[in-house]
Amino acid sequence: MAIIEVNQVTKVFGTDPESILRLMDDGWNKEKIYRERKHTVGVNNVSFSVNEGEIFVIMGLSGSGKSTLVRMLNRLIEPTRGSIAIHGKDIVKMNKEGLIKVRQKQISMVFQKFALFPHRTVVENVEYGLEVQGVDKAVRRKKAIESLTLVGLGDWANSLPSQLSGGMQQRVGLARALANDPDILLMDEAFSALDPLIRKEMQDELLELQEKMKKTIIFITHDLDEALRIGDRILLMKDGGVVQVGTPEEVMTNPANEYVERFVEDVDLSKVLTASSVMRRPETIGLDRGPRVALQLMRESGISNLFVVDRGRRLIGVITAEDASVAVREGRTLEDIVIRDVAVVDKDKLLYQLFDICSTSKHPVAVVNSNNRLMGVIVRGAVLGALAGNPDQRTEQPAEVKPASTEGVSANV
Amino acid sequence: MSKLPLDKWVESIVDALETGLKPLFHVISVIIEGIVNGIANTFHWLPALVFIVLATALGYYLGKWKFAAFTAIGLLLIDNLGLWDHTVDTLALVLTSAILSIVIGVPLGIGSAQSDRVRGIVTPLLDFMQTMPAFVYLIPAVTFFGLGVVPGVIASVIFAVPPTIRLTNLGIRQVPEDLVEAAEAFGSTSRQKLFKLQIPLAMPSIMTGINQTIMLSLSMVVIASMIGAQGIGADVYGAVTQIKTGEGFEAGLAIVVLAIVLDRMTQHIVRKNRRGSNV
Repeated sequence: MAIIEVNQVTKVFGTDPESILRLMDDGWNKEKIYRERKHTVGVNNVSFSVNEGEIFVIMGLSGSGKSTLVRMLNRLIEPTRGSIAIHGKDIVKMNKEGLIKVRQKQISMVFQKFALFPHRTVVENVEYGLEVQGVDKAVRRKKAIESLTLVGLGDWANSLPSQLSGGMQQRVGLARALANDPDILLMDEAFSALDPLIRKEMQDELLELQEKMKKTIIFITHDLDEALRIGDRILLMKDGGVVQVGTPEEVMTNPANEYVERFVEDVDLSKVLTASSVMRRPETIGLDRGPRVALQLMRESGISNLFVVDRGRRLIGVITAEDASVAVREGRTLEDIVIRDVAVVDKDKLLYQLFDICSTSKHPVAVVNSNNRLMGVIVRGAVLGALAGNPDQRTEQPAEVKPASTEGVSANV
Repeated sequence: MSKLPLDKWVESIVDALETGLKPLFHVISVIIEGIVNGIANTFHWLPALVFIVLATALGYYLGKWKFAAFTAIGLLLIDNLGLWDHTVDTLALVLTSAILSIVIGVPLGIGSAQSDRVRGIVTPLLDFMQTMPAFVYLIPAVTFFGLGVVPGVIASVIFAVPPTIRLTNLGIRQVPEDLVEAAEAFGSTSRQKLFKLQIPLAMPSIMTGINQTIMLSLSMVVIASMIGAQGIGADVYGAVTQIKTGEGFEAGLAIVVLAIVLDRMTQHIVRKNRRGSNV
């Protein structure tokens, strides 16, 4: 699964990096090395792996070594020590020809300041990667136009980069990186030079493109909001080392140390946590059961409503204890009393998008996946608890199958 | 303390080179003479008026009508003064020096841009070449190549090549780092990086260097005439030795016209390069 495996990679800048490695092994820290030997430790013993198809964000403040780290992934900067395996092959040991092949076919890069070639038209920029591979002119032109169309700039093929706005230029940068059809995309602060509105637009567009293409993306940023928005996983760097690796939610809710905590304390949790992180396991019943069974189940769990699902756990509706006891008296079936008009949200919805729906719905809100399968339920208390950062109020991820806690579900009223 | 016999050392080195490398100097001499004569004969073969029309058209293409008008009037004036043939000889000498300077200078400039070690060797040499009075290296040039146009061209090249080397080096080093990184990140070989990115972007700088080189070699024509190079320089030199102020002025004016035309032409090429930045 891992497409990139970085193992104990270190980069020391200076005239004699080898000697510094020995000092580092003896326990010298970055400051002491700089003070006494005038060498800079850019990246210090970093290991991580990136899975195929994920957006892996490397995040840190300037000077944290993130740009150096990403440049070692395609050896624009030579690592001083360590191995970097791409598809299982260590590129650090590769010869020049092998490295050029990897850069041509497997890894593309998008740059902070776009780095478009000013003397080439937009389409000539986009086809550059194919051109250096020696691809036939007509073929590469066709691919370049396709790639440009993908980012919405098909009409600008013959313009010069200087005639485009910043946002458009970076789209060209993206198109250029995609034209080679690489497995891996390195994006070095790709959106940092853009103004906030355009940046957000580009983030959305990247996520949309990623939905279609399923590339492996290594995204460098110093902006935590950006990291949380687009990252499947985040690696936090400080002083050349790794502080924490985890999903945005793990980083937010379980900061590895004070540094991460300070980083994330200002972040709006409602824009990070998703419905699936605050939902509880639902109590369900099939439509073919009788109202008596339903009442019994509710009594046992101490709750006042039940979600009705079919055999594939697809959501049908909800029944309340009140309706069920009426049905028992009047001899009606669940079919008669099921309320089909239930508030439903997708499991990936962010909390801030749930406020409105939670406050107006009479029943707990159902959380479903894309196939309309019931994943969980959300009660108001859970949303508030999660925003307060109170882990006790939050329940397990759906993956961890645990019986629903009676206490929790009783709040379902 | 007795004087260092530096003069003796240099002379013995020059003597050794002269005897040791005679065949090489002969070959160089034949080549340079061939180029100069080729250019000069072509220009002489063209009637002056045809040449002027062509130059004016080129001026119009590169600049605008103002520059074209200056070219036409200036060259007609030279023809009218009866200095046409000598001017054409001078032009041939200048163009030959320029061509040789480009052939030698651009690769050296590229080399210095790509390797700090090469630059470390080349830079002090250039300083030496530019500050050593031109008259001084006329002497060994004559020893090696005899009298005539060839040592003139050699001296011009030595005097004029440094700007091309320096500005080629500078232009390539000034290509923004992130563009070079981008070229590398997409898997360019060094050669592709050089020809597809660095040289095109360094072109304005390289052309400025070539412009300077042409101007410097033009300033050498009078000096070159002292060792027998034909051309308008010889007219200036003759006027000086015979104290003929009027003739000296006419010949000097012809050099000025030639200089302005060559300068503007190369400058317009630079500008055209900058504008039409398409490959």
